[in-house]
Amino acid sequence: MYRYDEFDRDFVAERVEQFRGQVGRRLSGELSEEEFRPLRLLNGLYLQLHAYMLRVVIPYGMLSSRQLRMLAQVARRYDRGYGHFTTRQNIQFNWPKLEEVPDLLADLATVEMHAIQGSGNSIRNVTADQFAGVAADEVEDPRVYAEIVRQWSTLHPEFTFLPRKFKIALTGAGHDRAAVRVHDIGLAMVEDAAGEAGFEVIVGGGLGRTPMIGKTIREFLAKRDLLSYLEAILRIYNQFGRRDNKYKARIKILVHELGAEKFTELVEAEWREIKDGTLELPAEEIERIEAYFADPPYETFEADDAGYLAMLAIDGAFRRWATSNLFPHKRPGYAIVNLSLKPLDGVPGDATAAQMEAAADLADRYGFGEIRITHEQNLVLPYVAQRDLHDLWRALDEIGFATPNIGQVTDIISCPGLDFCSLASARSIPVAQRIGRRFRDLDRQFDIGELHINISGCINACGHHHVGHIGLLGVDRKGEEYYQITLGGSADENASLGEIVGPAVSYDAVVDAIEAVIAAYLEHREPDEPFIETYRRLGAEPFKESVYGKESVHDAA
Amino acid sequence: MTLLKGGEIVADEWAAVGDDDPVPAGPAIVSLQRWQGEREELLRRNHPVGVRLASDEASGAPGAPGVIEEISADLDRLGVVVLEFASFTDGRAYSQARLLRERYGFEGEVRAVGNVLRDQYQFMLRCGFDAFEVVDPGKLDGWREAASEIGAWYQPAADRRQSIPALRHAARGRA
Ligand code: SF4
Repeated sequence: MYRYDEFDRDFVAERVEQFRGQVGRRLSGELSEEEFRPLRLLNGLYLQLHAYMLRVVIPYGMLSSRQLRMLAQVARRYDRGYGHFTTRQNIQFNWPKLEEVPDLLADLATVEMHAIQGSGNSIRNVTADQFAGVAADEVEDPRVYAEIVRQWSTLHPEFTFLPRKFKIALTGAGHDRAAVRVHDIGLAMVEDAAGEAGFEVIVGGGLGRTPMIGKTIREFLAKRDLLSYLEAILRIYNQFGRRDNKYKARIKILVHELGAEKFTELVEAEWREIKDGTLELPAEEIERIEAYFADPPYETFEADDAGYLAMLAIDGAFRRWATSNLFPHKRPGYAIVNLSLKPLDGVPGDATAAQMEAAADLADRYGFGEIRITHEQNLVLPYVAQRDLHDLWRALDEIGFATPNIGQVTDIISCPGLDFCSLASARSIPVAQRIGRRFRDLDRQFDIGELHINISGCINACGHHHVGHIGLLGVDRKGEEYYQITLGGSADENASLGEIVGPAVSYDAVVDAIEAVIAAYLEHREPDEPFIETYRRLGAEPFKESVYGKESVHDAA
Repeated sequence: MTLLKGGEIVADEWAAVGDDDPVPAGPAIVSLQRWQGEREELLRRNHPVGVRLASDEASGAPGAPGVIEEISADLDRLGVVVLEFASFTDGRAYSQARLLRERYGFEGEVRAVGNVLRDQYQFMLRCGFDAFEVVDPGKLDGWREAASEIGAWYQPAADRRQSIPALRHAARGRA
């Protein structure tokens, strides 16, 4: 993984001291809260319902065991002993004290971590495919470019006060796990006719109040042009993005209002001016970064491990976990292991300090000391030998990370909602927990198969409900919590936005409604057909009917 | 209002001239509108002229040539271009300053006015601003400190400082 050199180290250390000064000036009253606000946001520090919240960035979701141990230590020392992994591959601490935040950041800096651009109208933490470097279907490892983009975007002098926040995601694989079509900029690695790898550039996707699927503005961008092209896009956005209305300020609105064609013209014209300048990426620099992401010292296996296959055959619980939580690895004899942070009655994405430490130890013992964070709010050990899987599974079970539900109905993505967030209209976490309880039976979950439920506590859509196969959006109806249901969303390479199927349902009725949706699926599915395919084949009607009854189908639209 | 230049408080030689005021002798800053309307008269005075752009004007409408581009042909006649931060969270002027410096090679003064605060000072310096109208002159130390809080940056910008990639390259050359 990437390691800081002297320049990165100095930069982060100086940044910590700079922020210490800003906090000091806030505490002394020299800075007003209004003046301090953008400064703290630029350092990932929010003011929430009950306290400050610090979002520590995890570049492209990649951690060393040492870093994870430090996060555990931070959780103990500055928080209440736990952290919350987010849908953007970051971690949030909900209870730090303002005066302690500079020390917290100094602790993080000792393991090459920071909170820069965790929030604010800046280029946010760059995200990437959680299986980068190990997925079987990869053109190239996107982390190399994610790191290059991370450095370029860090305290960029021109783009730190944009009209609105700005999110960039990368994928190198055919199957998009990074949701590149619903980001401000998505970069998908592709090959040109000559077999040279580069990027498809997608701009203007996003969720929130006005969800949109991004537009491809360039089919192929050479690697050397990556930064100059990004700079051109950002320069157009910084100058022309709307600043008169917060809800119309994202780049998707600019792309939409100008039209993709006109927007592309502007970007290309700007790019022509700067493309052969100082931002050109030399092959030497790409190679230098590539070296950091070299494969770990794998053992060589010819085929699947016999002991593993034997355990699969005799141990049903292990088999269920293996079927649900493992993904195919590019190397024979290895597996990608998902650790579920969605146990029964848990808070999606929460992990205690003890769990983090235990996961770090397991990563050291079985997985070359590396951990990934997924945007589904789970953890991943990307390189585990099949030989070790049974032992690992037992160890994970002890720390509560072995729930066999990855990608299934109880692997719910949820924002913090009304329990933590001052903007919320309704609770999210308790809804996730109630759905989890209703579908706790593992056989039933397994039978339902792949199904993504996403819950947002308000229209800001932090739970990405628009791209859930089933999405729930909390709304406030005269002081009562209601939930609007959307169906058919998806964030992958076939990205689609969910459709609203009918009137919002009450807090009490929402779990029954989900069950009705699933009942319709079970009734109509063809053999081996996952939920999303059945939905795409049949459309909303049978699902509406199941939730709202026959009559409502016609007037609910 | 105090003018900060090169880390020092300096006297402002430039008169800011309102649209309806007579233009005095000596260096004068006028609005863009006035510059465009009275360009010849202003140049005939044989005193330096500067132009002040509001942040909306300077970017122009998307697709129309930006005002920076429009005045680019006149830049060698202008001593100052004043760019406005309507609020410090409005970052358009950063792009405008870089365009002036890097695209059009403007070598006169690029002055920041409006909501100009010390915590944005380094970004402004990096984008090519070299003069700052500051509300509170009492904290000059703070401004000087702000200019050096971060020693090296990742991006090349208008200040032509060596970026971290360039410094790395140089370090490898030495090794
Ligand atoms: S979706 Fe709304 S309630 Fe949920 S975290 Fe975002 S702002 Fe808060």
